[in-house]
Amino acid sequence: MNILEVNHLHVSFSTYGGTVEAVRGINLQLEKGETLAIVGESGCGKSVTANAIMRLIPQPPGRITDGSILFKGQNLVDQSERTMRHIRGRDISMIFQDPMTALNPTLTIGTQLMEGLKQHKAVSKEEARQKALDMLRLVGIPNPKERLTQYPHQFSGGMRQRVVIAMALICEPEILIADEPTTALDVTIQAQIIELFERIQRETGVAIILITHDLGVVAKVADRIAVMYAGQIIEKGTKRDIFYHAEHPYTLGLLKSVPRLDIKEARLTPIDGTPPDLFSPPKGCSFAPRCPYAMEVCHEVPPIQTELEQNHHVYCWLQDKRGKALMAQTATKK
Amino acid sequence: MLKYILKRLTIMGVTLWIIITLTFVLMVSVPGSPFNDQDRNTNDIVQENLERHYNLDKPYIIQYFLYLKSIITFDFGPSIKQSNHTVNDLLSRGFPISFELGMVSIVIAVISGVILGIFAALKHNGIIDYAAMTIAVLGISIPNFVLATLLIQKFAVDSNMLPTARWESVAHMILPIIALATGPMAIIARLTRSTMLEVLTQDYIKMARAKGLSPWKIIVKHALKNALMPVVTIMGTLLAGILTGTFVIEKIFAIPGMGRYFIESINHRDYPVIMGTTVFYSAFLICMLFLVDIAYGLLDPRIKIHKHDGDRP
Ligand SMILES: Nc1ncnc2c1ncn2[C@@H]1O[C@H](COP(=O)(O)OP(=O)(O)OP(=O)(O)O)[C@@H](O)[C@H]1O
Ligand SMILES: [Mg+2]
Repeated sequence: MNILEVNHLHVSFSTYGGTVEAVRGINLQLEKGETLAIVGESGCGKSVTANAIMRLIPQPPGRITDGSILFKGQNLVDQSERTMRHIRGRDISMIFQDPMTALNPTLTIGTQLMEGLKQHKAVSKEEARQKALDMLRLVGIPNPKERLTQYPHQFSGGMRQRVVIAMALICEPEILIADEPTTALDVTIQAQIIELFERIQRETGVAIILITHDLGVVAKVADRIAVMYAGQIIEKGTKRDIFYHAEHPYTLGLLKSVPRLDIKEARLTPIDGTPPDLFSPPKGCSFAPRCPYAMEVCHEVPPIQTELEQNHHVYCWLQDKRGKALMAQTATKK
Repeated sequence: MLKYILKRLTIMGVTLWIIITLTFVLMVSVPGSPFNDQDRNTNDIVQENLERHYNLDKPYIIQYFLYLKSIITFDFGPSIKQSNHTVNDLLSRGFPISFELGMVSIVIAVISGVILGIFAALKHNGIIDYAAMTIAVLGISIPNFVLATLLIQKFAVDSNMLPTARWESVAHMILPIIALATGPMAIIARLTRSTMLEVLTQDYIKMARAKGLSPWKIIVKHALKNALMPVVTIMGTLLAGILTGTFVIEKIFAIPGMGRYFIESINHRDYPVIMGTTVFYSAFLICMLFLVDIAYGLLDPRIKIHKHDGDRP
C-alpha cells in the first residue's frame, strides 16, 4: 500500500516578476519502507515538492494551488497548521541540504535532538536523553554522552549531517524526506552518509524520499526513481527501468551526462539548451525546445502519461502509440 | 576563564589610568582656578593660602601623583566649593539616584525595544511593523533633551498629570525615564527587527519547523537568542549613551544625581570633584562593558573564553 500519494500537485509563487509555476501537476507514490529518488537539474522544483509535502512552503509568496497529498489517506493539503505540526517530525521528517546551517549554533546538540521528541511524545527527561544517546549511536557518532552537551561548531560537516539525521529520526517517523543530504559534503563523507541511509532503512524501515542530482547516489540506494524536469515528472519507474530502459529523451540525456566507469566514452554529452522559463512555461512538452526528437505535437500539446511497463511511466509523445506509429511512418518514407 | 578575566582586569586598569591622566592634563590645561571668582573678592594672600591648602601650588607632577594616590585609596578629600562635603559624600549621595535612573531606563529600553523589534519582524511589512519602525525612527532622531522638554510641556504643564521635576516618587520618575529610554529603545527595536528577520530565514529555523515545534517555541528558543547577539554587542555603546544622557536629563528634571555634581564641578573648577566623578563614571562604564563581554560569551558558545579551545574539528 502507498503510504504517501501525491496527485496532480501544483505549487506556484507570486513574485514581482509574475507567477512562477514551480511545480506543475506531479504525481508520486511512495510505498512503505522503500526509497524513492527524485532527480532533476537545479531549479526543476525538487525542493518545492519536498516542502509542499511538509507544508513548509513559505506563504506568501508560495501556494499549493491544486492537487492532493495523501498521507495514509489523509489529505495534507487540507490540514490546519496545528495538525501539520503534529505530523511534522513525528510522521514525516525532513533533512536539508546544508548541515552547517541546519543546526542552531547557540543550542547544544542534546537540546536540539530532544526537543522534537519532547514535542511529540510524553517522555521523561531521562527517557529523552536515553533516546537521544541511542540515536547518536545509530547514526554512528562516537562518545555520544560527551557529544550531547556539545555545540554544533564542535562537529565536522559529516558529523553534523549525522546529527541532523538523528534529529529527523528520533520520533521514528514513517517517511524521511532528504533534500540533497550529501550535496554539501565531500565525496568520502557522502559515501558514508549514503551508507548510513541504507543501514537506517534496514533497521527502522522508514520510507525515504531522496532528492538529489547525483545519479551515482541514486544508483546505489534508490528503489524507484522519478525524473523531474521544469516542475513536472517526465519519467518514473524502478531503478532498473530508469537506468537500463529509460525512454524519455531527457532521462537519456541525463544518463549520458554522467561519467561511467563501465563504458569507455571519449566525452560526456551535455544536454544542449536551458530549462524553460517557469514564468511562462511552454504550451506543449516543456522539454520540447531542447529535445532532438521533438515533433510538431510536442510543441503544441503537453504529453500524456504512457505506461511502458507496470509502474514505468513516461510523459513523452514519442512513447505514445500514435507517436510510435508516426515515427514508423516517417522511417518507412525515408 | 580565570586567565581571561585577569587579562581583562589588567587592560581595564590601564584604560582607567589613561583616562585619569587625560582628565588631569585637560583639567590643568583649562584656564581658571577654583578661587578666582570675580565676585568673591579674595585678596592675594588668602588665595595663596587656599591654594597651598589644596596643594595647588605644587608642581603639576606632584599634584598628579597626589591625585593618583587619592584614587588608589579612594579618598578624594573634601570638595573645594562645598567644603563641608567630601567627594565621597557627593558620590554616595548622587550615585544611587543616577544609577536608578540609568538602570531603569536601560532595562525598559531593552525590554520594550526587543519586544517592539520582534513584533515588527513577525508582522513584517504589516501595520505593526510600519508603526513600530516609525516610532523607532522618531525615537532615534529626536534628542533626549528635546523629548524631555516636549514631555514636560505635554504631561506636566498642559495636562498636569505628572510632576515637572525632582526625584521623589514613582510619578516623578516617569518622564525622565521615558526621555532617557526612548532613544536606546528605538535603536534596539530597529536592530532586533533586522537581525530577527535575518535569523528567521536561517535553515535551523526551517529545521525547527520541520520538527513540528510551535511558532512561539521557535521564536523564543531558536530565534531570539541569535537575534539578540547584535543587541548585546551594542549594549556597551548604549550604556555610554545612557550615562551621558543622565547628565542632561538630571539637569532638566533637577534630579539630584551624580550628573549634577559632575557638571557643576567642571564649571567651578572643583578639581577633587571633577577627578572623583570622572574616575567613578569611567570605572563604572568599564566594568559594565566587561560584563557585556562576559554576557556575550555566555550567549554565544562559539566565543570561547575558556583556557583550552575545546576539540574543534
Ligand atoms: N520562495 C520562492 N519564491 C519564488 N520562487 C521560488 C521560491 N522557492 C522556489 N522558487 C522557484 O521554484 C523553482 C524550483 O525551485 P526548487 O528550489 O524546488 O529547485 P530545486 O529543484 O530544489 O533546485 P536545486 O537542485 O538547485 O535545489 C525555482 O525556479 C525557483 O525560482
Ligand atoms: Mg533544492
